[in-house]
Amino acid sequence: MQFRHKIAGGDFGKAGNAASSVKKILRQLNIDHSISKRIVIALYEGEVNVVAHAYSGIIDADIDDTKIKITITDKGPGIADIEQAMQEGYSTATPQVREMGFGAGMGLSNMKKNSDSMKISSIPGDGTTVELITFLKSDAR
Amino acid sequence: MDFHHALFVDNDLCIGCTHCMTICPTQAIRVRNGKAIILANRCVDCGECYKACPVSAIGVEQDDLEMIFKYPVRVILIPSVLIGQFPRKIMTSGIYNALKDIGFTHIYEVENTVDMVLEAGKQYMHEHKIRPLISSYCPAIVRLIQVKYPSLVGNIMKVNPPIDMSAMYYREKLKSSGIPQDEIGLFYATPCAAKIAAVKSPVGEVESAVTGVININFLYNRILNYLQRKYTETEPPQTDDLLSSKGILWSLTRGELVHSNGRALAIDGIKNVNEFLENIENEKFDNIDFLELRACDESCAGGILISGNRFLTVERLKNRAAEYKARENDKTRKPLDGFLNLNEHGFLGNIEPRPMGKLDEDLSAALKKMERKRRLMCYLPGFDCAGCGAPDCQTLAEDIVQGDAQVSHCIFLQQQMTSQNLLSQEQAVRITGNIWGKERLEKNCNKLGAEDENN
Ligand code: SF4
Ligand code: SF4
Repeated sequence: MQFRHKIAGGDFGKAGNAASSVKKILRQLNIDHSISKRIVIALYEGEVNVVAHAYSGIIDADIDDTKIKITITDKGPGIADIEQAMQEGYSTATPQVREMGFGAGMGLSNMKKNSDSMKISSIPGDGTTVELITFLKSDAR
Repeated sequence: MDFHHALFVDNDLCIGCTHCMTICPTQAIRVRNGKAIILANRCVDCGECYKACPVSAIGVEQDDLEMIFKYPVRVILIPSVLIGQFPRKIMTSGIYNALKDIGFTHIYEVENTVDMVLEAGKQYMHEHKIRPLISSYCPAIVRLIQVKYPSLVGNIMKVNPPIDMSAMYYREKLKSSGIPQDEIGLFYATPCAAKIAAVKSPVGEVESAVTGVININFLYNRILNYLQRKYTETEPPQTDDLLSSKGILWSLTRGELVHSNGRALAIDGIKNVNEFLENIENEKFDNIDFLELRACDESCAGGILISGNRFLTVERLKNRAAEYKARENDKTRKPLDGFLNLNEHGFLGNIEPRPMGKLDEDLSAALKKMERKRRLMCYLPGFDCAGCGAPDCQTLAEDIVQGDAQVSHCIFLQQQMTSQNLLSQEQAVRITGNIWGKERLEKNCNKLGAEDENN
């Protein structure tokens, strides 16, 4: 099953809407709370990243009976050094954005922590794509 | 498994108006045969439906007062919001005497044990690292989390609320004075339906120490009646030796919060709580240690069984607390005797999540249903008119995939189906009748705004 959500860059008030919709779906699918919690946290981080750094983005979630694959594609500055960006505490957020509690540099590493596999690719000056996969049953991992 | 609920629909009064259905925070109501029905696995006993009903068709069950006379010792545990409803010039002694006149032999205030609740809370916070911890005080909130935010069940602070702590305390205390256990009837004057449900089907404990519940609005009328007949303003004020200013304010908004350590927030009103928990579940807000969440606006002063104005109730309780505060330094105040042991009596057992709205236990089956639901939503009009007997289009779509409703229940799709001869006129009339009741389609001038509205 496919699910798509569009994100506008800079609209902090709406960050979390996609995570909430996916959460509702996972609840109706009777996914274990500890698993859906991880998915929702990772997705929320992803949304915040797009809102804070990119101009626009699209979230695609694909759910089948073993896993959820979330692809977050944004148009934005991209990431020059992914390895560096993966480090906890690394952030390019402006001071204003940080003051609101976003962009503390937990984003990517937190997403990795809360998913079973994560792939990032980025073209500086063009945008970033993050693919998150999480298995839906605790014994499938 | 069935869950006990204190709210019910009185079919003789219900006019099937949908007010309760559209306001319910857990989509627990449907209309069938012209009457509202409450779905037991979704209802959290918050009472929003009770407040919304224009004809008072939502009832709150209560134990028969006669039942108290089965016990030689008849204890009434009163929450401070009972006292807060009466104007200040009425001394508490008048209220106490009225309760004795009604038939109670012992009167205690529920909030006498808040120091123990606090102690248990501190210990719990120390032993559990999970944050934010959510107060277990309001049973409607505990139930809301169980059904709607199952992933937060582990955040509930499993500490016995004052009502249970006090019921256990007084039971032990009376027993120790030589009264046999089965001669003690412990009754709770409840401000809301949620507390009744909590006594009748406790979450996280095997059996409640409370024998029965008496609704506060019932007592309020009886007390007023007594005061009119017997009250003299010369009665000396009665003070409860164990009560503290802390206890008096406990059931009000911020009543718990002011004593908590770390960063804490207090939120009242179920709509506000819902919005906030949604964000907490996403971990949008970080670094919060404690949440005091209450289903009612102005917390228990706004309970559905409180007849007095909630804002005045809050004001009076604040004044009462100030008076008690003044005498708290007075060393003659008795401390709580040691009838309870924190480890034995202070904590709740396991609280189970019971998520509502799951489409199927089996993931592949649930996925199929979800796909069907989403396809259905492409056809349903999406403006949530409730004409189908469900609160909104999404809920109808879910009911359809679960086999509890049909596509033809939607009045718009039904019209289309009749125009395409997929459904006969008679069938359509029958379907509408099944939802809204046969009489709905007949002339009736007794309704509000019609020719004979007052007849
Ligand atoms: S009490 Fe609350 S949850 Fe129960 S049916 Fe009424 S509005 Fe819904
Ligand atoms: S806030 Fe108080 S009165 Fe309202 S439901 Fe909760 S416990 Fe009952």
